[in-house]
Amino acid sequence: MTHETESQEVQKFGFWAYLMTDCVLFASLFATYAVLHNNTFGGPSGHDLFSMPYVLGETFILLVSSYTSGLAMLAVHKQAKNQALAWLGTTFVLGATFLIMELHEFSSLIHDGHSFRTNGFLSSYFTLVGTHGLHITFGLIWMAVLMVQVFKKGLPPKTTSRLTLLNMFWHFLDVIWIFIFTLVYLMAAR
Amino acid sequence: MNTEITQAEGNLTSYTVGFVLSILLTLAAYFSVTQHIFTGNALIIFIAILALVQLVVQLFFFLHLNKMKSRWNAVIFWFMLLIVAILVGGSLWIMKNLNYNMTPAQINAYMNNQDSL
Amino acid sequence: MTLTHFLFGRLTLAAFQHDFIVYSGVFSMFGGIITVLAVITYFKRWKWLWTEWLTTTDHKKIGVMYIIVSFVMLLRGLVDVALIRAQQATSVGSSQGILTPDHFQQIFSAHGTLMIFFVAMGLMFGLINLVVPLQIGARDVAFPFLNNVSFWLFFAGVVLINISLPIGDFSGAGWLAYPPLSELQFSPGVGIDYWIWCLQIAGIGSLISGINFLVTILKMRAKGMSLMKMPMFTWSVLCSMILVVFAFPILTVTLSLLALDRTLGMHFFTSSFGGNAMMYVNLIWAWGHPEVYILMLPAFGIFSEVVATFSKKRLFGYASMVWALAAITLLSFLVWLHHFFTMGAGADVNAFFGIMTMVIAVPTGVKVFNWLFTMYKGRITFATPMLWFLGFVVLFTIGGVAGVMMGLPAVDFQLHNSLFLVAHFHTMIIGGAVFGYFAGITYWFPKITGFKLNERWGVYAFWCWLIGFVVAFVPLYILGIMGATRRLDHYDPSQGWQGLFIVAGVGAAIIMVGVGFQILQIVVSIFQRKQNLDLTGDPWDGRTLEWSTASPPPFYNYAVLPEVSERDPFWVQKQSGKTPEKPVYKDIHMPKNSPFGMFIALFAVMFGFAIVWHILWLAIVGILGIMICVALRLSSDDTDYYVSAAEVAKIETARKVVA
Repeated sequence: MTHETESQEVQKFGFWAYLMTDCVLFASLFATYAVLHNNTFGGPSGHDLFSMPYVLGETFILLVSSYTSGLAMLAVHKQAKNQALAWLGTTFVLGATFLIMELHEFSSLIHDGHSFRTNGFLSSYFTLVGTHGLHITFGLIWMAVLMVQVFKKGLPPKTTSRLTLLNMFWHFLDVIWIFIFTLVYLMAAR
Repeated sequence: MNTEITQAEGNLTSYTVGFVLSILLTLAAYFSVTQHIFTGNALIIFIAILALVQLVVQLFFFLHLNKMKSRWNAVIFWFMLLIVAILVGGSLWIMKNLNYNMTPAQINAYMNNQDSL
Repeated sequence: MTLTHFLFGRLTLAAFQHDFIVYSGVFSMFGGIITVLAVITYFKRWKWLWTEWLTTTDHKKIGVMYIIVSFVMLLRGLVDVALIRAQQATSVGSSQGILTPDHFQQIFSAHGTLMIFFVAMGLMFGLINLVVPLQIGARDVAFPFLNNVSFWLFFAGVVLINISLPIGDFSGAGWLAYPPLSELQFSPGVGIDYWIWCLQIAGIGSLISGINFLVTILKMRAKGMSLMKMPMFTWSVLCSMILVVFAFPILTVTLSLLALDRTLGMHFFTSSFGGNAMMYVNLIWAWGHPEVYILMLPAFGIFSEVVATFSKKRLFGYASMVWALAAITLLSFLVWLHHFFTMGAGADVNAFFGIMTMVIAVPTGVKVFNWLFTMYKGRITFATPMLWFLGFVVLFTIGGVAGVMMGLPAVDFQLHNSLFLVAHFHTMIIGGAVFGYFAGITYWFPKITGFKLNERWGVYAFWCWLIGFVVAFVPLYILGIMGATRRLDHYDPSQGWQGLFIVAGVGAAIIMVGVGFQILQIVVSIFQRKQNLDLTGDPWDGRTLEWSTASPPPFYNYAVLPEVSERDPFWVQKQSGKTPEKPVYKDIHMPKNSPFGMFIALFAVMFGFAIVWHILWLAIVGILGIMICVALRLSSDDTDYYVSAAEVAKIETARKVVA
């Protein structure tokens, strides 16, 4: 390996290690939700509050964005700058839509008097799903910055390696969402 | 063009297969709940398995865990999974136990010698 | 909202009102800071400080900074000790001692927090930074800039906990701040928030270091150094970093949840509205138990190096040592409930964790026996590092046995949160980790500075620590069995405890004399350094690669990256008597200095302070500042440079002339 690709390997491995720590972070939040999800203090439960079709929509949008992110990487490997930008832009729009849907879900819950201060269940729900949303937000900012860099400077090795990391991050966020979808929403709906 | 790309890369086929599988698994889980195809513990196990399968699908088709040059990525992944299982499973076991034993009704029962730890 | 409220949040002049003892502490602190600033200015060393130390990405210098800061914090922690011992020796019957109960609570909380996070973790990361890249034959860590960031985040935590002295109060809820006491209902002040944020910020630094050293050890070892050929210290650091990487996120989450409860009115751990305070205890110890092994494993690794070197014999049972480390690493995630046997879990849960606690003692015992077998038939030199090891063997065994006792739930119901527990964990941390770090510092000191420490004062310091420790903590073991609980600020004379508390106070004083000797040792050694120069780079006849470099090593560590084929490669090289071939120098790729670590930490302190005092605009400035620094750093292309082969040749030739 050349010196450059060797340091890229090290960088990728370091980022992978960071993703593993993020998994433990989410696991702690899942454990907390699991323990507190019935603590509604007399209020409505997830079964009463969550809209399943809406959540299915969010899930599909994020899943498609994970796919388009993969397609963007294929374009990057082929050094196809415009194709990469197109797929990255699509991913961005889908991710932003997901985020807006989630913010809408949160704000209508709060508006109806079910806020994160109401009881233990809602505190843990907002925090778990909200932490995922915060990660999505950072991912979108990162994506926007990288798209600008690709637009201005094309696809030199430093940019492609950063795009690789972003892609890993984006897939990781979809993986976490699978578990949120299953353990928070599906479990509540049954 | 950098022909020496050492990172694992997919191709269009693998991404599309992964994508389609994920959609199917998501739909299967969704409808099993909303259409009450299973109930009770069977349902929980079913959707849990679907989630784990989709995890594996995305790990292999999107994240290419199987094709990464360094084995270490897989090693720390499985170790993380072990720690997560211990943390979540252990916490659930412990908290369930604590919540049962430490409810006021239960504590009254101990004090009246009607039940024991 | 008034302008004052907007600008200062809940910070008012009342935050600056303190008792005499706190004011003394504040004046000493300011006195110390002003003295340091004055000295630097007098010797015109600001530029030097900036370019050589504060912005450095050199792991050796970062290690030195960690150790210096930790040592200063040790002094503050010892002041807490003096106050606690004085209080507990005098606050009997009608006397209320020298501290109010509220102040006493803050002192033992600060003592525990300081010692674990800002002394033990700091000394540990300091030594890891100093040694690991040299030991594995690398030029630096995997991510040198992040290494700098980690140090500065650690320092940010130090700053925040020290700001809590003049401005406001600190937590009075112990070093782990259990709810409901740490919730708003029972602790509405700023103390808990200071505690949360100094740990949160320092914790991020630790997590980043964990990733950094994990990647460094797995990816940057010298050619031929397979895992089973690594030095034992590096193995122990690898295992410790695995623990850091998987345990610290739990701390991050738990602190965040408590912060959310306090700052945004959520209900994770509140007494009502569906909160569950027991979940906090569960989560914090799921982090907390791995944390103590994080501190302990590198100390074990240091002892492996020291015992082998000073017995002139290779480490006995290398493979079993590795397996013991691996077993401890895994098992440390399976015992955490033993910290709260008495919280009310049933017999089956308590039994499982009690058995796992017994089991984890086994690999630890394997290690102790292996060290002793290493010494057997060796040619032993009782230099200071070896003395620290011998003190460790005695103390750690006793403390470990006490721990196994408490691993029995039935026994623990008697001893939980008694002074027996306090004596146990101090024995482990002091007799185990701190003695290990002191051994490491005295062992590697010549390598980093270029001159040896004065042996005589080192020996005196050791004996004061050992004797002082026994005199301070044996009374606590006894008091615990007699029924004395921890964190007592007052007790009845009919208990008959005062005599033992007074003896404990004497022991603490002896330890402080020992620390005084350590300071004296450093001062004397600096004055006598010209007579004690380490000219060969190998003052102890060492076995591992770091001893093959100059003392101190050049900034790039190795002009030519070494290749190894066996364990203890430097020893092997010396025994074979082969002279190394003439080296062929190449350009060396090195990272540049960076100010962004410092700035990120500065904004982190602003953010932490702002959250504590509810100053929204300052919190936003803090967050934005951090994000801007990150963006500036990531968009910079000027982050590294090359040292030409000719330059390297010049430096290497100069070294040989001196030697």
